[in-house]
Amino acid sequence: MNQMPADLLEIRDLKKTFSIAHGLFARPLTLTALEDINFTIHQGETLGIVGESGCGKSTLGRCILQLLAPDEGQVLWLGQDLTRLPAEEMRKRRQDLQIIFQDPLASLNPRMTVGEIIADPLRTLRPELDKTERRARVLKTMESVGLLPEMINRYPHEFSGGQAQRIGIARALITEPKLIVCDEPVSALDVSIQAQILNLLAELKDELGLTLIFISHNLSVVRHVSDRILVLYLGRIVELATGDEIYEDPRHPYTRALLTAVPIPDPKLARQRNIDALDGEIPSPINPPSGCTFRTRCRHARDICAQQRPPLETIEDNRLVACLRWQEIEVEEQANQPA
Amino acid sequence: MSEVLKVEDMSVTFDLHDSEVHAVREMNFTLAEGETLAVVGESGSGKSQAFLSIMGLLAKNGRATGRAVMGDVDLIGMAPKQLDIYRGKDIAMIFQDPMTSLNPTLRVKTQLAEVLVTHRNFDKQAAIKTSIEMLERVGIPEPVKRANAYPHELSGGMRQRVMIAMSLLCQPKILIADEPTTALDVTVQAQMLDLFKKLTEDFGTALVLITHDLGVVAGIADRMMVMYGGRAVETGKTDDLFYDPRHPYTLGLLHSTPHIAKRTARLDPIQGLPPSLEHLPQGCSFNPRCAFAFDRCHAERPPLTEAGEGRQKACFYEGAMKYGEVA
Repeated sequence: MNQMPADLLEIRDLKKTFSIAHGLFARPLTLTALEDINFTIHQGETLGIVGESGCGKSTLGRCILQLLAPDEGQVLWLGQDLTRLPAEEMRKRRQDLQIIFQDPLASLNPRMTVGEIIADPLRTLRPELDKTERRARVLKTMESVGLLPEMINRYPHEFSGGQAQRIGIARALITEPKLIVCDEPVSALDVSIQAQILNLLAELKDELGLTLIFISHNLSVVRHVSDRILVLYLGRIVELATGDEIYEDPRHPYTRALLTAVPIPDPKLARQRNIDALDGEIPSPINPPSGCTFRTRCRHARDICAQQRPPLETIEDNRLVACLRWQEIEVEEQANQPA
Repeated sequence: MSEVLKVEDMSVTFDLHDSEVHAVREMNFTLAEGETLAVVGESGSGKSQAFLSIMGLLAKNGRATGRAVMGDVDLIGMAPKQLDIYRGKDIAMIFQDPMTSLNPTLRVKTQLAEVLVTHRNFDKQAAIKTSIEMLERVGIPEPVKRANAYPHELSGGMRQRVMIAMSLLCQPKILIADEPTTALDVTVQAQMLDLFKKLTEDFGTALVLITHDLGVVAGIADRMMVMYGGRAVETGKTDDLFYDPRHPYTLGLLHSTPHIAKRTARLDPIQGLPPSLEHLPQGCSFNPRCAFAFDRCHAERPPLTEAGEGRQKACFYEGAMKYGEVA
C-alpha cells in the first residue's frame, strides 16, 4: 500500500438545491445542483473539476468555500466541518481559502486602486497589520505575480484582461492561503495570455506549496494543470482519477465521449480521430432522468440504467467511477477494437 | 476549383473623435468553392472586422476600402439596398451568440421562411415547408415542434443550428462563421463542427471560420490565415502551418495552446501583450514580442510575400525557429 498524501479537505455527501420561482402562485421548482458529492483533496495537489455548463462545477467551488451554504453534507477542512462553523470563526478560516474568478475586470472594484484591491483582504482578515506592513506585503505579492511596483496606484480599467487577472491572483495570494479555488481563471483570456497565466499559477503553486482546485470547461487546460481530475455531469460525480488515468484509460462512457469531443490542435491526429459524438444535449436539472442521469445520451445504456442510480464506486488505485456497466463496457470496447 | 471570393487591398478604418484606428490593413486573399478557410488571431487582430466589412456590417464610424469581388460584383462600398440582394442569398454570416441574431418575438419558422420569401420568391406555405426540411437537415430533432418555438425556448446549441439552417436556406456560395462554437459546450461543439463539414461537402459552400481556437482549426480547415495587429502574417495549407510554421507568431500560438494528448510541464507562451491598434510598434507589429527579431524588424514592416508552395508570410527572419525546449 502506498503512502497516501495527507487530506486537506474532505467533502462528504454534499447536496445543494436551488428553488426556482416560475410564476406568482405556482410552487417553486427544485433544481438539484449537486448531489452525493464525496471526494478528498490532498495537500499540495491540483484537482481539476470539469464538466459542461450547468453540471454544478462552479456551485461546487462555492460550496467548498462556504460562499454558498450546502443543503446537506460536510466540508471538512483538516477535519473541521466548515458548514457548521460560526460566522466569526469562518471569517478567520478565509485566510486559508481563497478564490480567483473568470472575468478579471468584473471581479475588481473599479473605484479602488490596484494597491487597495490587493490589500483589501488584509484589512478584514489581518486587522492587526499597520499601513506600512500592509504596503510592504502588497508590493511583495505584486512582484510575485509579475506586476510592476509603479502600478500600485492605477485603476483596474487601465489594465488588459491578463494583467487584471494577475491583480485577482495577487488579491487571492495576499492572505497566504493554503487552498485557492480557480473558477475558469483563463477562459476570458487570449491564447497567448492564457498560457502566461497558466504558467504563473504553476510557478506560484510550486513556490508556495499551494493546493489548487481548478474549475474549467476546457479539458485541454485542465489536463495541462491538474494532478487529478473530477468529472461532473448534472450535479453528480461520474469519475475521479489522476490526469493520466482519465486521459489514457477513462472508465465512464461520459468521460470517454467528452475526451473525444475535445478539439486537438494537430491536423493529422484530428483527422484520424473517431469522434464518439454524443447525441442530444444535457437534460434539464429541474427534471433529471431517473436512474443514471447520463443514460439518455449514453449509447451503452440498458434498462437497468433507468431503474438504478449508479453508486460512486471506488475501484483500483483509489479511482472513483459511477456507472453500473463500466466493466461490461470495458469488455465491449475491447472486442470492438480492430485486432 | 473556381474562385468564389477575391479580396484585394482591403483596409478597414474606424474614426474616433480625434484620431483614426486601422483595424484591418491591405488584406489580400481568395476563397475557392467548397473550401474551408480558418482565420485565426487574438482579440484586436482584425479578424472579425475584416469580414463584417465584406458583409457591409461595420459600425457607423467604420469604413472599408479596397475590393471584395464575388462573381462580378464588388461588395465593398456597395449601398445597403443593393447589398441586400446578395446578403443572405449568396453570402451569409453567423455569429458567436445566436440569441442576438434571432428575433426574440418571432417564431423560428417565421424567421426562416422570411429568407425564402424575400430572396427566392417562395409563397409562405412552401417557405415554411422548406424551412422545416432544413431544420431537419441540420440535425434538429422534432423539427415541426421546434419551428413553432420562440428562440428563447431553445438551447444554445439548437439556436446555433437554427442560425446555420437559416444561413443555408438559399444555398449561399459563401458562409462566414464568426466564432460559431465558442459559446457552446465541447460535446455540442463537436456536433457543430461535424455539421459544418457535412454541409460544405453537400452544398459546396465555401466556409470562412473565424476563430481563436487552433484545436477547432485543425479538425476542419483546408487553409488558414493568421492575423496579427490588423494584418495577415501567415497564410497557407493547414498542415503546413501546423507542422512547419514560418512566422514566429504562428509558432508562438501553437506553443501557447495546451494539447490534451501531450502534457508538458510548462507552456511556452509568447511574452508580452498584443499591441494596441492605436499605437502599433514601428516596423513589424510583432517585433516587441518576437524571440527572433533583429534590427531590420524594428525599422521596416515586412510585406506578405510568397514563402513556398501555396503559402505566404510577412517576416524577414529566414533561419530555423527553435522555441524553448518544446520544438
